[in-house]
Amino acid sequence: MKSKILASAVATLFVVAVAAPASAEIVITQKAKKFDKKKISIKKGEAVKFVNSDSISHNTHSRSSGGKFDLGVSKPGTAVSKVFDKSGKFKVRCTIHPKMKLTVKVN
Amino acid sequence: MGAYNKISKFAISMVVAVSGFATVASTAAIGAEKKSREEWKKEYVRPSEIPFPKENPYTAAKADLGRTLFFDPRLSGANYISCGTCHNPSFAWGDGLAKGIGHAMTRLGRRTPTILNLAWGEYLMWDGRFETLEQQALGPMAAAVEMNQNMKAIVAELQSIPEYRTLFNVSFPGKGITVDNIAKAIATFERTVVRGVAPFDRWIAGDEHAISTSAKRGFDLFNNKANCVACHSGWNFTDSSFHDIGMPDKDIGRGKVVPGVVVMQHAFKVPTLRNAVERAPYMHDGSLKNLYSVVEHYDNGFVTRPSKSEEIYKLNLTAPEKTDLVEFMKTLSSKDAPVALPRLPAYDQTVAGSLNVSPAAGPSTGSSAMRA
Ligand code: HEC
Ligand code: HEC
Ligand SMILES: [Cu+2]
Repeated sequence: MKSKILASAVATLFVVAVAAPASAEIVITQKAKKFDKKKISIKKGEAVKFVNSDSISHNTHSRSSGGKFDLGVSKPGTAVSKVFDKSGKFKVRCTIHPKMKLTVKVN
Repeated sequence: MGAYNKISKFAISMVVAVSGFATVASTAAIGAEKKSREEWKKEYVRPSEIPFPKENPYTAAKADLGRTLFFDPRLSGANYISCGTCHNPSFAWGDGLAKGIGHAMTRLGRRTPTILNLAWGEYLMWDGRFETLEQQALGPMAAAVEMNQNMKAIVAELQSIPEYRTLFNVSFPGKGITVDNIAKAIATFERTVVRGVAPFDRWIAGDEHAISTSAKRGFDLFNNKANCVACHSGWNFTDSSFHDIGMPDKDIGRGKVVPGVVVMQHAFKVPTLRNAVERAPYMHDGSLKNLYSVVEHYDNGFVTRPSKSEEIYKLNLTAPEKTDLVEFMKTLSSKDAPVALPRLPAYDQTVAGSLNVSPAAGPSTGSSAMRA
């Protein structure tokens, strides 16, 4: 168990490091069953990375019209990314914990 | 800008790596978060105000009208079932049955949940298929198995009762009786359904004698070894989340609403534990007879499958610990004055008419609205 988690952390480090010409990315942390921000505003085409820093799994999805997506379930210590390529206002939630709410405004 | 984190990819990879390490520590610590009893108590303070949405703000007239509608059986097709038939205030707004019974004695698929403290809730129903109380209110009226009402007929039926015309005009000036306004009034009333201060609240507020030492040990177990707090957190004893807690029946619950997500198969909404002792039997299928059986379920009675929540695991509770947990849950019940039932608006006395009382009205027959 322990070594698996360590291994995946190291793997993530490796993969991301290879991809790194340091371009900007927006990070939202899922912690204590909350997104660390309530609202963000970003530019069209930018990606948001959702980092699960909790000890439980989270889901990340939106049912906003014109921008529906579902990034599935992220286990503790993992991250998922979403490129927002349409402008508009998108409500991002977790289907497990509906109290987790984030509004992404894409300009 | 500045409203969010913008950092380089390298920095992110560090965050991921660090949180990976942090997980090792916190996984080992599940159920054993080291916080003192006094610190835990701070997380259970009652709020002082009920939140209402901007789209449907509180007015006393609207809440009163909603209460009248909630208890008026004329909202049902056959004029004999009200919302309050199933959400009965004498059973802490449940019905005391394992599974609800609706129109023409139809047995429903799930147990009637309480409507207590829903102003603080999120998605509604055991499977979360409705997003707001306004949306939800119309569901049971129209459902053939519940109240079997024709939604066009209900507006006409209420329209024919003079006092309802007045009440709607006061609550919704210039708009009067519409399906939406029926829903808004009922939802406003439902948000006011909050029970009073329980022994537990008096303990949180500093009265050491308000609950027994067994209940206090139960509180410690609830927050630590038994890990109930993972889902039943805060003053309302729910974080409004959805989980598969390993109930063995075939109902897939939220799995039907969000089919793509494994952990939502067999997942149901975490109910409040406020006044739970008055609402036996328990769970979405009413299969657990009392609170002791519930504790046994969490201890070692759940089924294991891919969707089972990672926060449900064998607890190894001793018999006295199980009793302490039950004693603790009993302190969440308030002894309020009985809920006053409304006087229902009288039928029109000024025009002649007869009632349609067809003897064998099955679930598919429509409304029996008054014939003018
Ligand atoms: C025949 C019994 C019955 C009647 C009548 C009835 N309900 Fe319900 N109610 C239920 C059952 C059963 C559920 C749960 C169904 C499910 O989750 O699939 C429920 C769920 C609810 C919920 C969701 C609670 C939660 O925690 O998510 C609300 C709110 C509610 N009902 C309000 C009403 C209102 C308002 C009316 C009248 C317009 C009404 N009910 C009439 C049986 C009934
Ligand atoms: C993983 C989240 C989770 C944990 C941990 C958890 N519960 Fe629950 N609880 C739920 C869900 C979800 C339900 C409804 C399940 C259903 O109906 O199938 C529920 C239902 C209940 C009910 C029945 C309420 C009712 O009205 O039917 C009681 C009582 C209860 N839990 C007490 C506890 C106690 C005591 C503990 C700790 C030993 C605990 N729970 C731990 C999620 C959880
Ligand atoms: Cu979540």
